[in-house]
Amino acid sequence: MPEQVMSLGDPAAQFNEELLIRRIRDGEHDLFYELIRPYERRVFAAAFAILRNEADAEDVAQEAVLKAFKNIQQFRAEARFSTWLIQITVNEARMRRRREHAHMIEPIVDHQDEEGNYTPRDFADWREIPSETLERKEVRQKLAEALAALGEKYREVFVLRDMQHLSIEETAKALGISTASVKTRLLRARLMLRDLLAPGLDGSWTSRLSFAKGTKPW
Amino acid sequence: MVVNCEEVWREISNYLEGEVDPSLRAAMEEHFRGCKHCTAVLDGTRNVIQLYGDERMVEAPLGFSYRLHRRLEDSVSGSRRGFLGWMVAAAAAVLVAGSFELGRSSVFSHPELRSEHAQPGSGVPPDMMVVVSAEGKTFHVAGCPFIHDKARLRTIAAREAIREGYAPCVRCMKKYLSA
Repeated sequence: MPEQVMSLGDPAAQFNEELLIRRIRDGEHDLFYELIRPYERRVFAAAFAILRNEADAEDVAQEAVLKAFKNIQQFRAEARFSTWLIQITVNEARMRRRREHAHMIEPIVDHQDEEGNYTPRDFADWREIPSETLERKEVRQKLAEALAALGEKYREVFVLRDMQHLSIEETAKALGISTASVKTRLLRARLMLRDLLAPGLDGSWTSRLSFAKGTKPW
Repeated sequence: MVVNCEEVWREISNYLEGEVDPSLRAAMEEHFRGCKHCTAVLDGTRNVIQLYGDERMVEAPLGFSYRLHRRLEDSVSGSRRGFLGWMVAAAAAVLVAGSFELGRSSVFSHPELRSEHAQPGSGVPPDMMVVVSAEGKTFHVAGCPFIHDKARLRTIAAREAIREGYAPCVRCMKKYLSA
């Protein structure tokens, strides 16, 4: 089947979005609320993952959405709107971070040699954990702490790929790096997070994380 | 082909993405069968991807959406109806969606019926991490433009997706379906 025919295969959602964008461009500005509503949380999440501060993330998320509205004429239909929006958010968040760099806490894992192999430090058996554990605030808190402990170059890639569900190519484009770098950093990020979260966790999520007690696995 | 632990760690991410060739995949699976360390790393890495890939992971602060729309109002609304109009539309959408859900909830109480056209996902590597949405019927590679209901995504292993009744996306999973 020809590629062009296949690209038309998606149902209403994609078409509806394109239609919305067209109508907004044609002057029906109020429809912008409808366009961004499904992505609001993702925009906040992307900003928060980079800035690690709720107030800053909210402010940047607002700026990013506003910027998306003002630049909607520049949006190219060959990209996904969500990817474009997240890209704007990442840029805004990076600018904010750069501006306030002096006040940021130095990331813990920023001195890794990206080219060298990463050796997992902990071989604790981490059994499958049902996603229902995410309903528990302390679990989300532990995951957020581990993510915040990553160096920013790893955190950014991980957030875009594994939390925002961007493709490798989209992640590379959003960050201005090669797909090879995305893959390398992603591997690192995943293994580091596993090392951070696995120790002492036997599947019950009741024990404290070892890094919370100051015994970091690196 | 035989692989050692270092080679497995180097490729473990690609393995979970379904991005290793069949011979390397077979070699890694053979390795996992005999190496509990690497199996532990695999399980943990999969858990990491699954937990962080769930949209419940990050909650926006209370009132975030309201404040966002208020901030947008000056720029977006050519008319005074903008924000209020949105609120009314959103409330209506919630009501409609709610009644729709009530009407069909009995259908979705059996997730194995998600798709009547479910091609068996047997060609998809069971360990591969895939993206699903709550209302969707298919599972995807992250970034697939054909993901429906983009706001409620989570990442799970392909075997779980199949167990929950999702069918492979015929576009992004094409190479596994034609295999």
